[in-house]
Amino acid sequence: MRMLSDIPIAFLMIAAVTLVSAVCAMSLRNLVHCGLCLVLTFVGLAATYLHLSAEFVGFAQVLVYVGAVAILIVFTILLTRNAEVTLSPVSQSSLVGLGIAIAVCGSLVLPLVTSPSLRRLPAQSLAPDAQVQRIGEKLMAQYVIPLEALALVLTAAMIGAVVIAMRDDPERNDPSPSPQNQKDTGSVSNSPAGTALNSSSSTSSSQRP
Amino acid sequence: METLDQIFVLAKHWLVARVPEPLAWLATILLSIGPLITVFASCFAITTIVERKALGRIQNRFGPNRVGPFGLLQPLADGLKMLIKEDLVPAQADKVVHLLAPFALVVPAWLTFSVLPFGRNMTVIDLDAGLLFFFAVGASSELAVFMAGWSSRNKYALMGAMRGIAQMISYEVPLVLSTVAVVMSVGSLSLPSIVEAQSAYVFGMPTWHVFTPWGLSGFILFLIAGAAEANRAPFDLPEAESEIIAGYLTEYSGFKYALFFMGEYLGLFAITGMGITLFLGGWTAPVSFLATTPSWFWFFAKFGAIIALFIWVRGTVPRLRMDQLMKFAWKFLVPLTLVNLVVAAFWHFSGTWQFPGAIFARWLLGAGFIGGAYVTLGRALHTNQFPPRVYAYAE
Amino acid sequence: MLGTGLIQGLMETAKNFVGSYHDEARLVTVQYPEEKIPAKENSRNFPFLVYDGEDPQAGLRCVACQICEKECPPKCIYIVKSKDKKPDYTGKAQLYPATFDIDVSVCMSCQICVEVCPFDAIKMDQVFELSTSDRFATLLLKKTTLAKPNAYFHQIHPTDAAEIDGRLAEEKRKAEEKAKAAAAAKAAAAAAATTGTDPKAPPVGGAAKSPTN
Repeated sequence: MRMLSDIPIAFLMIAAVTLVSAVCAMSLRNLVHCGLCLVLTFVGLAATYLHLSAEFVGFAQVLVYVGAVAILIVFTILLTRNAEVTLSPVSQSSLVGLGIAIAVCGSLVLPLVTSPSLRRLPAQSLAPDAQVQRIGEKLMAQYVIPLEALALVLTAAMIGAVVIAMRDDPERNDPSPSPQNQKDTGSVSNSPAGTALNSSSSTSSSQRP
Repeated sequence: METLDQIFVLAKHWLVARVPEPLAWLATILLSIGPLITVFASCFAITTIVERKALGRIQNRFGPNRVGPFGLLQPLADGLKMLIKEDLVPAQADKVVHLLAPFALVVPAWLTFSVLPFGRNMTVIDLDAGLLFFFAVGASSELAVFMAGWSSRNKYALMGAMRGIAQMISYEVPLVLSTVAVVMSVGSLSLPSIVEAQSAYVFGMPTWHVFTPWGLSGFILFLIAGAAEANRAPFDLPEAESEIIAGYLTEYSGFKYALFFMGEYLGLFAITGMGITLFLGGWTAPVSFLATTPSWFWFFAKFGAIIALFIWVRGTVPRLRMDQLMKFAWKFLVPLTLVNLVVAAFWHFSGTWQFPGAIFARWLLGAGFIGGAYVTLGRALHTNQFPPRVYAYAE
Repeated sequence: MLGTGLIQGLMETAKNFVGSYHDEARLVTVQYPEEKIPAKENSRNFPFLVYDGEDPQAGLRCVACQICEKECPPKCIYIVKSKDKKPDYTGKAQLYPATFDIDVSVCMSCQICVEVCPFDAIKMDQVFELSTSDRFATLLLKKTTLAKPNAYFHQIHPTDAAEIDGRLAEEKRKAEEKAKAAAAAKAAAAAAATTGTDPKAPPVGGAAKSPTN
């Protein structure tokens, strides 16, 4: 077991930032602030990956989580409900909460601690093994079936999202659009932003061939 | 010539050697960051004055010509004005986020420069995944836009931020896809090695990626998507002043506004530098007999040329409408970049063709494929979708 | 084909860009403080007081009738009548403005003062650089600043000035003729009085033109 003084100061700083921002993300009143704190947590995680010489994973973390997931989260917060609303928790008892927290934490930590890879951990720092080219080769050769399956799932999810977004609202569906609507929908066509921008009806419905 | 080429590198080594050993690491870092910031901050100043002058000439005006000789001190006056202006924050604004937003934009913008090769041996950090770093850091500017728009408590600011984020996310797809072709062909994400892959000469002509069918179309697609990513005209909808005041910049004034302004120009510079690195051979000279000339000169010559092109386009093309913007990204750019990937793969695998005139056959096939896709997509998008206009109340 | 319009546009702007450097006629901008476009004759902005002769104060046509002060919609004119009288251009003794101020910041250049003035004493100027560095004192233009010679009026509005000069000369001539006739009548009356004929000769001499009374 290593002493605290052996742990590099950079890791301590990164860990502190990550943990504090994670706590803030849970406890702040304003949901948008929570989202922004979560972004800081993502950045801290990416910094941890970089600190472990996993360049590709670190940058991918920033690209995917900070660049896309964080934006998705703040958009969701903005578009679904008032950002000021705070929901009351399911149970008010702090004892129950503590118990659940310990159970979840224990179930996560236990496999980590008992993992055989922990015993393999060398004393010296790891060589940057996770080179991009090797990741690519592994993904395209050894793990090609999981990759393709994932791609399929993601595509299905995307098509599902598009289908849900394009669902015709029967009340708004005007079978004979007025000239004004015709003009608008003609230019908008099926663009994703068109539905958001165009207040007139039958944006998507009249475009279907 | 060799000395002149490496003069900045040698100067840095010389200076670092003068610093006591325990502080050498700090000196190395400062001597990399300092010149970078100085050079690109002056590039920002020069670009603003050149842009205003050129836009003036394009519109048959003089442009700024009052401050200093020929108005050349205009950036100085602008900067001074920005510095001494009052920094107004709306009473209802989220003060902390409002303050952090400009920094969240400018810091990533500066970070992107750290992986660009400005000359031979002139890369601040040669990351193994440099290209990925560039896009990862660049993507975080969306968050700054959101922070600025949301914290201002202004409906125009929020609308501008929404537009900006939608536009950036949409155009990131073709932007990254157009660079994937280069990564496929070179087989590396490291930017110096991408430049090295283009540094050979065939019959005195350079082997830049732009001289291949996929490279040419990829470069054009990259510039278009890059202009949109940098909120550059004609894709400056988030700041469309005729519609939504100044977008997410509405509630910013004084030095924070200047920071945003600088962040946007830095984003443009970074995109330009990346385009040069990926497609225009980075710091390599355009003809083989000039190969001994300083490499950094060629980088900045190409840099100036691309910036001039951006200014020219800004002076020419009117702003897009939001739906046109989205349609253009998803229905035109993304399919074309995918086709471009196929062409790049074709070019890569047909490199083994040995018969005489193989290069022309490859060129014709590749260009024909991408050109066919361009014409087909263009026709499909260009069909007149407007029904004859009916005036409901005219008769 | 898609994109040809873009190329055409780029060519057009390139033509403008290059053309503006070798074809000076393209640049229509006037570098204002150094070079100015001469004002059109019909351009009118801000009133001034016309004077005849050499002395700006003695030659003022204004008789302090205060019609313009009353008619001015934004009330930017301030007039104080004089206590004494002095002769006007016809030689008749008239009041003159002891104070005549116009507030630049209030005047809206509507020209109503010019239209109501029966003496052609106030006319529209062509000045437009009226801004000052002092917010209060220098914005109130005094009689001394407002008085400008008839020659200046001729210079800026030659057609109007010639027409007005002709009219004034005509009036002056008529006034002189009437004065002469009155003098002749007086002489005749005097002669008649001596001979005992009609003593009620009309006293026209003093009433040549007196609209203020």
